[in-house]
Amino acid sequence: MNIKKISRRTLLGGAATAAVVLFKSSYGKMIQAAIPESALLTDDPTKIQGPPPGELGTRSPFEHPVKKASDISSRTPLQDLYGTITPSDLHYERHHGGVPAIDPHKYELLIHGMVDKPMVFTLADLKRFPSVSRICFLECSGNFRGSKETLSPQEICGLTSQSEWTGVMLSTLLREVGVQPKASWFLAEGSDAAVMTRSIPVKKGWDDAMIVYAQNGEAIRPEQGYPARLFLPGWEGNTSVKWLRRIELSDQPYMTREETSKYTYPVKDRIRQFSFEMDARSIITYPAFPQQVEKGWIEIRGIAWSGWGKIAKVEISTDNGKSWQLARLQEPVLDKAHTAFRYLWQWNGDTTAILSRATDETGYTQPSLQQLIAARGADMGGYHLNPVTAWVIQRDGKVLFRPEKWK
Amino acid sequence: MQENIKVMRLTTLTFACILIIACNHSTRDTPPWPASFHIGRPAIAAEIAAWDIDVRPDGKGLPAGAGNALSGKPIYMAKCAACHGTGAEAMNAKLPGPALMNDSAGTDYRKLKTIGNYWPYATTIFDYVRRTMPYNAPGTLTANEVYSITAYLLFTNRIINEQTVMDARSLPKVVMPAKRLFIPDDRTGGPEIR
Repeated sequence: MNIKKISRRTLLGGAATAAVVLFKSSYGKMIQAAIPESALLTDDPTKIQGPPPGELGTRSPFEHPVKKASDISSRTPLQDLYGTITPSDLHYERHHGGVPAIDPHKYELLIHGMVDKPMVFTLADLKRFPSVSRICFLECSGNFRGSKETLSPQEICGLTSQSEWTGVMLSTLLREVGVQPKASWFLAEGSDAAVMTRSIPVKKGWDDAMIVYAQNGEAIRPEQGYPARLFLPGWEGNTSVKWLRRIELSDQPYMTREETSKYTYPVKDRIRQFSFEMDARSIITYPAFPQQVEKGWIEIRGIAWSGWGKIAKVEISTDNGKSWQLARLQEPVLDKAHTAFRYLWQWNGDTTAILSRATDETGYTQPSLQQLIAARGADMGGYHLNPVTAWVIQRDGKVLFRPEKWK
Repeated sequence: MQENIKVMRLTTLTFACILIIACNHSTRDTPPWPASFHIGRPAIAAEIAAWDIDVRPDGKGLPAGAGNALSGKPIYMAKCAACHGTGAEAMNAKLPGPALMNDSAGTDYRKLKTIGNYWPYATTIFDYVRRTMPYNAPGTLTANEVYSITAYLLFTNRIINEQTVMDARSLPKVVMPAKRLFIPDDRTGGPEIR
């Protein structure tokens, strides 16, 4: 019954085929063929053979998680995800000159400047070095929208995603080129049409910076920097330069466009620059707009993360911030990683607002927007905003975002 | 006796800690790393020069060439104005690219962020325009064209006059009004909201 309902909607949505499968033709060639949805859907799936094993898996035709795209970015559907890993094709995107096409066989990474031995590494070279895998979030520092009630988690803060990243530690390469003692910054440059550049303190290069070539077990996606990108755990996404082609060691920052006229923000009567770490944050992804809930038991779910380290706790309020209770954190709680939280709640049907706030291991607690304004001033701009957000649950069970306006 | 047990416990604890740290060390299960893996090849000067297009605030990286606002205006009108506008309309019109001139916003970046009221270094204009502009043909401008456009933008933002020539020596000396506003991040982690 339920299946038929979804099927009709899918068809109305314009989906002509339900799945694509591979099969062997009479000539022994592998052929891709589309199977119409009607062929897959029967009243009783136990009475018909399904498609044979294929070369690539597919999503169920009943699932349609999509990124929400604008001209310059696209946002992860946080409300449609489970656990903490973002499927690679749903990882958020933000780029400055489109997604370049790069031949992995021609790819080279140049490291030069204040080094003893300027060197060039091919992709194959990078893969020969001792490798590291690490699960980390990546978040754009412009990741907050809050102007109206009808916003989903994706629209409020979908510019954060999480992957298992695999690559070589940048420190391994810095060792090879011999960084000179006076080098204190390095320039990272991409090979997109923006030839995007950021200056990074060398200390981050020795601490935990990576050159990553893989994401969630496969080659990194073009939208995420194929064939290789810089990855700076916990830092604003823009610094993790994609399609990395060049690193130049220097004794001063380069003051590139992205680190002066962009990715800076007014704090009272000054402009804050080189604001790297992403402060602790959380969001309830269920229940959230546009869902509608029923009276009774509700498992409040969401994610919390901090660029300064591990999440220490997440607190939930179900009474509009009057009282707070600890949420359960899903183990393992990882350093600089999305951490899933849950809180079991019995809703009595009265109008209320539910909120979450994260505290990280440095003792920093996610602030309210008012606290941010008090610290930075009303002209604080749109970067590095991590306010506690509230979902209003109406009597009819409809969930609405509570808008945050400050200008 | 009590004291001895305490010391023993502490010693055991210390040993246990050392053991744990040693076992956790990522290279513990493989031979010690060599001084070099000898992977990769030395870069040659010509390939470094081909990619090394960055310009620093102290002028390092600026190429030979020159231009002023007079030579820059026609280039700007032909290659930049379609997206970035020519001034006043930027306050009201929705342009494809950000407004660059502050003739109506003046020094108040809260009204509109422009080169004149928000960019801390003049060298950034040269670096950015050369590497990625114009949008429909990135990286195609000559050094003289980039110097000219940079001079025109500095002139229209009332920072230099129309005749002032921008080149590798003069551009780093231009003092931008917004420079005094910029401060490095002072967040350090910990309880304080900053």
